[in-house]
Amino acid sequence: MNLLNQIVQGLLLGGYYALLACGLSFMFGVMRIINLAHGSLTVVAAYLLWVLAEPMGWHPLLALLAVVPAMALLGWLLHKLVLERSARLGALVPLLATFGLASVIDNVLFQHFGADTRSLATSIGTLAYNSWELPGGLYVGQLPTLVLVLAVLLLGGLHAMLAHTALGRQIRAASEDADTARLVGVRTGTVFAAASAITMVTVTLAGASLALRATFDPFSGPQQLIFAFEAVIIGGAGSLWGTLLGGVVLGVAQNLGAQVHPQGFLIAGHVTFLVILLARLYASGALRRFFSTRRRAAP
Amino acid sequence: MSVLLSIDNLNAHHGQLPAVRNVSLQVHQSDVLALVGANGAGKTTLLRTLAGAHRASSGTVRWDGVDITRLPAHQRVAEGLALVPEGRRLFAGMTVRENLLVARAAGRRGQWSFDTVLDAFPQLAPKLNARAGELSGGQQQAVAIGRALMTNPRVLLLDEVSLGLSPLAVQGVYDALRGVVGQGTTLVLVEQDLQRVQAVASRIVCMLEGSVVADAPANQLTRAQITAFYFGAQRPEAAPVSHTTGSADGEAANHASHVHPAHKEAA
Repeated sequence: MNLLNQIVQGLLLGGYYALLACGLSFMFGVMRIINLAHGSLTVVAAYLLWVLAEPMGWHPLLALLAVVPAMALLGWLLHKLVLERSARLGALVPLLATFGLASVIDNVLFQHFGADTRSLATSIGTLAYNSWELPGGLYVGQLPTLVLVLAVLLLGGLHAMLAHTALGRQIRAASEDADTARLVGVRTGTVFAAASAITMVTVTLAGASLALRATFDPFSGPQQLIFAFEAVIIGGAGSLWGTLLGGVVLGVAQNLGAQVHPQGFLIAGHVTFLVILLARLYASGALRRFFSTRRRAAP
Repeated sequence: MSVLLSIDNLNAHHGQLPAVRNVSLQVHQSDVLALVGANGAGKTTLLRTLAGAHRASSGTVRWDGVDITRLPAHQRVAEGLALVPEGRRLFAGMTVRENLLVARAAGRRGQWSFDTVLDAFPQLAPKLNARAGELSGGQQQAVAIGRALMTNPRVLLLDEVSLGLSPLAVQGVYDALRGVVGQGTTLVLVEQDLQRVQAVASRIVCMLEGSVVADAPANQLTRAQITAFYFGAQRPEAAPVSHTTGSADGEAANHASHVHPAHKEAA
């Protein structure tokens, strides 16, 4: 029963990881850009919500309605000012640019808010800790369940948008072959900026989940980035439903690892990520090519 | 006939290498203009420069008298200039339906719609939900042309539409293109099959090493002359030097056939 409980709790935690990773996966899938500022931007969204909900006293839901368009606009600007320009200079430059951006964000947050940890759990009353009892004596937290449902709805919504709307078709066309997309009239710059704005909406929802179910501080971003990155790799880079699977596998692995050893929570997640990454590299033949190249290069 | 596209002293490079050299051309409404020349003659680069996919180094491209030399490709599509690129360049992971619809959203409104494109290419109707990358070469070419037509172009640029296709598939593509011309669309096509060029084109432009070496009505160039220009063996003086065409209402418009001055000197 304890094992089943840990798996269920891991599944719920995986919902948060899927929500967190969905923007990273979407941006990589559409623009082939790995946004290393993803975790820090999630924390920015959490701080914006916290500022509106705590010092200013807004209801968290109302704060979310205000922060979503603000973050979408930030995503648009991020693409126009940073990603679009850096992507023109090669695949490595956006990595460096977003790494630098993450560093700037973390330190600006630290300068402005200090090192104190924050949370919005106190703003939502009993929802923060209430749970439902399932048959067999299992308990599932209401908030984690809502986050899992939100993750499924968000991933399903993104999938439907890509498959059935004109914007989605243009995003996929531009993602597959931007030059040809321009030749059939697609404004690729605008389409990618819209994709960045959509990414920031998912980042905001992940930031809200982080703020409501846990604590955060100015330097929480890198750790959130690692969790998101692991979920994306486990599930298959660029695959939206794979991201959900990756999040769930990571969450379950962490919860089971915590049962083995107090330090096992993080270690089990990292080991699962590494094993799946190596298995993917082996299956694709990349590992064999790497080692055969090294043998040939040896004198 | 009115001039739709006017190219004046156009130059384009691949890195330091000149690919298009001082090309001047006029494309008139309802022309079927064929660009011929050996590999590396600059035909594809010229088409891509006209479509905005390749940057012009110098010179001007005018569309209805307006300079569009620096206009981005997507805005040229909105103006009515569409390119069917060499190798089709379909969105292979998307279905045939999606390939067509993605162009509809971005293009102009006009006579071409999803239904009329399917009328022109009936072989696509049963394949609408198939991924474009899974189709045969002829079917892929039909999707590529249909996708360009969905933008309702006034001038359709076609780069090597018969490349890699079976003779039957090529025949099907050209039958469909006759219908496109019948709807009033102007064609500029790059084609290696000289027999087919002479059958469909109203005007033939020969290119050699990036330059135009001959520009004449199709019925004034023999196959031997085209072949000679193709390989740079034709003495330019032997080419037709001028002709006059008239529209149906008798209004004459002068399409001056010419041999490029640089080649006159070389000869």
